[in-house]
Parts: sequence; structure tokens; C-alpha cells
Amino acid sequence: MLQCHAKGCDDPAKNFPLEISDFTKEEIEAEKNKDFLVRMLPKLEWNALYTTAVKLGITGLPETLPSDAETNDEFLSALHTVLLEVHIKEGKMTCNGCNHVYPIKDGVPNMLLAEHEI
Amino acid sequence: MPRPEHQAPPEIFYNEDEAAKYTSNTRITAIQAEMSMRAVELLNLPEGETAYLLDLGCGSGLSGEILDEDGHIWVGLDISPSMLDIAVQKDVEGDLFLQDIGDGLGFRPGTFDGAISISVLQWLCNADKSCHDPWARLQRFFTTLFMCLRNGARAVFQFYPENDSQIERIMAAAMKCGFTGGLVVDYPNSQSARKYYLCLFAGQDSSGKKQALPKALGEEEGDAGVNGVAYERSRQVPAF
Repeated sequence: MLQCHAKGCDDPAKNFPLEISDFTKEEIEAEKNKDFLVRMLPKLEWNALYTTAVKLGITGLPETLPSDAETNDEFLSALHTVLLEVHIKEGKMTCNGCNHVYPIKDGVPNMLLAEHEI
Repeated sequence: MPRPEHQAPPEIFYNEDEAAKYTSNTRITAIQAEMSMRAVELLNLPEGETAYLLDLGCGSGLSGEILDEDGHIWVGLDISPSMLDIAVQKDVEGDLFLQDIGDGLGFRPGTFDGAISISVLQWLCNADKSCHDPWARLQRFFTTLFMCLRNGARAVFQFYPENDSQIERIMAAAMKCGFTGGLVVDYPNSQSARKYYLCLFAGQDSSGKKQALPKALGEEEGDAGVNGVAYERSRQVPAF
């Protein structure tokens, strides 16, 4: 859901998704909410989510968005895990466009930019 | 009391001490909670639906707790690491980001169903670094905010305007970036209870109807009105 916001880094092919590396992750159980997930579906860029999930070592997601996504409970359950339960504790996100590294510390990504990037 | 935004930049002002004070002061937390509830009400979200919301300047998560109570899922941004530390310790539900909203937001287009912001906007009007131009920062912020809201979504900012020209500048920046909407002034006749909420609409709602500005609280029958006009009129009253 997040792309690089550095000024001048506006090549849509490169500034999203940010590449996550050197991470530790944890899973925190969250309440299931099917309606919310279904409403999230159109907002997701599936390819980006899938490749990111694979990098994070999460295997539950299908490579392409299933056509019955809104009613497929097994699929929605996997999506729920990825979107709402997996948290990155530590790590870094790198923009493929401008190579800016956004560090993640204690679960909080540092999105501050340097003066020349504003 | 001097205005905190005149004393130091937010990431400096809200250091560990100030952040702890802010979060443990029952008076502040009660006011914050009340304003957060009012802001959510002004968002006019569909009843009973879980929304994906943005909390701009979430601090230690006081406003986020209100969003939790209403069953929403939220993302919080703040520039003060000390405030965020407290939020992390409190294990708030929302996803937190350390971010200067004046640099712009990096979320994907149409991500959020709404945004709230409690006591933050006035901070953006200051230039705390030599490279800061408040007008440019306001515009960068509003432009990127507009993008990451879904069509018809609202953004509600409770803030403490310093003077009329500051309100005008903020409104002008928001309108220039595509927002419609205006100012809702609750309890305009009470010096202490008066609260300013900037209600911005990112396009029309799904029914295609033009969005109407919500009514302010505590206004007397036949009083000045519900939008920016109310405030403009109050300016004509001579100051004592």
C-alpha cells in the first residue's frame, strides 16, 4: 500500500512496491472481518502483494487473484493473515527507483526524508 | 500559555517528558478523546462498517483508541519518536509510521476511507528548518492526502488556528489541491469550548450528491450558519 514519496521519484514502475529486506517478522492474531477484506480487494495491487508476501516467506497466497475472491473463505483467510496479522518488527524497505532505504524499527517504519528529497 | 508550536519543532517539543506528560494528563486525554469522537462523527462513515482510516499526527495513540472502539482499522503517522514509543509500549492496534506529513504521504491512490487529525494542522504552518516553506509543505501534504483517499472520503482536522489569516491559508491550500468542504466551528460562542474542525471532502460520495458541510454543535437557532461564513461574521464583532 506504500510507495516511495521522495520528490522526483515518480516512476510508477519503480517506486512501488518498496522492497523489504533484513527483516524479522511476527504474527499477532487479529479479529477476522470478511466485509473489510472484501472492501480492501479492489485497493490491492495483487502482483506487488504476492511478490512481497513471497519475499517475507508467506506461502498462503495464490499467484493470481482468484475470480471467486469475495466468497472464497480459504483465500480470504490467507489474505487476512498477510494484511492484518503479519507485522515486520525490524528490517528495511528499499525504493527501487531512488534507492532510499526506509528503516523499520520496533515495528515503526521511519519515513523521514533528507532535505534534498523533499 | 504560549503556543507549543512556537517553542520548538514537534519532534523536539514532544520529547520523552512532554510525551509522557501529554499521555498521562487526564484532562488532555479527555479532551483528545472527545475531539477524536467528534472528528469520527464528522467523517460520516457508513454505519457498522469497518473502515480503513488514517490518523495524521497520531501521537501516542489517544485518537487511535477511539478509532479502535468504533471497530476501525487505522494507520497512524507522527513525527515525534517519543510519542510513537509510548504508542508502541501501549501496544496500540494501528500500524505506526515515523513521518513528517509536510514531506507528503506515500500511500497508494484510493487507499483510505477517511482521515482524522487532532491538534496537528497548526504545526504545519511553521517553518522549523531552513528548507521549510509552510505553504509548499501544506500543498504537498494536501495533494498527497487527496490522492490516498478514496473518492468521496472525508478528512477531518481538529486544530487550533492562531489567527484568521492562518485559517485562510490552510483552506486555500486544501482547496487548491482539489478538496471541497469548509470549517465547522463547534460552540462558537464559548471561548473555552470553541473547537475548529476543518472538514474536507475528496470528491463526491458514491451517490453522486454534493456533500454538505455538517452542522456545528452549540449554535443558537438562527445563528450565523454552519460553514466558514460563521467564522467570517464573528470577525466583524469588535474585539474587546
